[in-house]
Amino acid sequence: MRTRTWAPYALIAPTLVLMAVFLVYPIASVAWFSLRQHTVTQPWKNGFIGFENFRRMLFEDQLFWQSLVFSAKWVVVEVGLQLVLGLVLALIVNETFVGRALARALVFSPWAVSGVLTTGIWILLYNPSTGVFQQLAQWGIGDPGTSVLGDPATVFPATVVTELWRGVPFFAILLLADLQTIPKDLYEAASVDGAGRWRRFVSVTLPHLRDAIVLSTLLRAVWEFNNVDLIYTLTGGGPANQTTTLPLYVARKAVDSHDFGYGSALTMAGFVILLFFSILYLRLSKFGSRA
Amino acid sequence: MTQTLIRPETPVVPPPSRPRRSKHRDPSRFFRLHLPLVLYLLFTLIPFYWMLVFAVRPAGETSLVPWPITFEHFDTVWNGVGFGLFFQNSLIIGVGTLVTVTVFALMGGYALARFKFRGQRVFLLALLCTQFIPGAMMLIPLFVIFKSAGLLNSLTGLIIADTAFQLPLALILMSGFVRNVPVELEEAAMVDGCTRLRAFFAVTLPQLRPALVAVGSFAFIGAWNNFLFALMFASKQDKFTLPVGLSYALGEFNTDFGALAAGGVVAAVPVVLVFAVVQRFLVQGLSAGAVKG
Repeated sequence: MRTRTWAPYALIAPTLVLMAVFLVYPIASVAWFSLRQHTVTQPWKNGFIGFENFRRMLFEDQLFWQSLVFSAKWVVVEVGLQLVLGLVLALIVNETFVGRALARALVFSPWAVSGVLTTGIWILLYNPSTGVFQQLAQWGIGDPGTSVLGDPATVFPATVVTELWRGVPFFAILLLADLQTIPKDLYEAASVDGAGRWRRFVSVTLPHLRDAIVLSTLLRAVWEFNNVDLIYTLTGGGPANQTTTLPLYVARKAVDSHDFGYGSALTMAGFVILLFFSILYLRLSKFGSRA
Repeated sequence: MTQTLIRPETPVVPPPSRPRRSKHRDPSRFFRLHLPLVLYLLFTLIPFYWMLVFAVRPAGETSLVPWPITFEHFDTVWNGVGFGLFFQNSLIIGVGTLVTVTVFALMGGYALARFKFRGQRVFLLALLCTQFIPGAMMLIPLFVIFKSAGLLNSLTGLIIADTAFQLPLALILMSGFVRNVPVELEEAAMVDGCTRLRAFFAVTLPQLRPALVAVGSFAFIGAWNNFLFALMFASKQDKFTLPVGLSYALGEFNTDFGALAAGGVVAAVPVVLVFAVVQRFLVQGLSAGAVKG
């Protein structure tokens, strides 16, 4: 139905306007701000300074590099674990068993919980005086008074587990949806050919899920890279900036010091890195090449 | 001992449509299915339970099964701290975003699914690209826009921002749902003399009810949970949303875990309930092809 009417344009107009004002224009303005000195609290110093922000970022700012390294570590660990656990969970709740609908609703439920609320819940669990570790210590397991969020040795795993709790259901839901599109006769044919359970998983399930896995890991990697809510409220980037990601660093520049120029330069760096790795990932994974 | 453990029943309520009972009593099913499921359920539910216990347990007690329970913490946060107002703000933003996202996604999704128009591919590509734009990193320019538009400290402003950031994905999902409704139904109605608009409302829209429920609920959940925009653009306390209120509670109630937990329950109950109802529409919708666009 190729039409020459204005109807489709009228239908997408609200979306276009919103995207132009709140997505396209901000990107352009970030690019512009990144070339300026712009601090809300010191407006008399504002002005065009060329690439000075980038020079400062690349050559003088230790925290930029540190936050970048931590961002990479965070994304790889978080997305990797979420994918594996999410796939296992999807395979489990795709089986037939009594109470399956309830089990699905329960295991997927943390998906609906916000980052701040996740922090609230896990602070209750982790707190050294009345948390789970204290409870376990009372039962004779581990030491009492452990503050997992305050100890540099445990703050990273503790934060990872907290985000896993909320993040695994995303993969489980997406992969479950894709599992349900695998034709049953593929498995029957594989069984007839003598393929065991593991063999069927490797040669039927995984190839079918490939595009869904590529797409979900990519989306999730971007979201986890940008995840600020949880880390901001759970650790605040600490102790000693150990858990500061690049977006968290940007958010703190914006919220706390109102240094918009330098924050914009950091944002541009984040964009370029995300764009580069997204394209690289899609190329390497040959996404959609079988379709 | 394993004989008792491998029984396929799990102690949960059977769903209305009973799945086929497994005929083979395969002992590996316990290790493959029941054990990991129970472990994962514990991982999911213990944190929720922990919050619930703190919320209803009188201050100073440490019992894991508190009785009698108390509602004093709820009274503290709802009336004392102002969570009643935050709840109302979150509800307004959630419902407002739900309406705008659903309506605009339905319009755009219909355009993508039912028309071929110049610029369509570019539009689709732009929608996909927005998924790579980090909301957190847009705070600075958005703040400037909001300030110059006079949208700071306004619930309307937050509805607009939430809508802008959620619409692209909602629109892509919706176009998949619309594509799944056979176009022949609509064409038949038009042959019978309906206008395209009448045909849409009479034939297609009723078929899209699950899609509207799914897309709308996710817009609601997203807006309800949005923290950074609310923190950044609504700094006056009478415009706080639940996540912002909670984030302050994290600092202030450092010793009052009961109040923190009660605030958490207030923030969790609506979204978890909504999600429990709609998650199966989401799985169905995604697997019906929406994810492939």
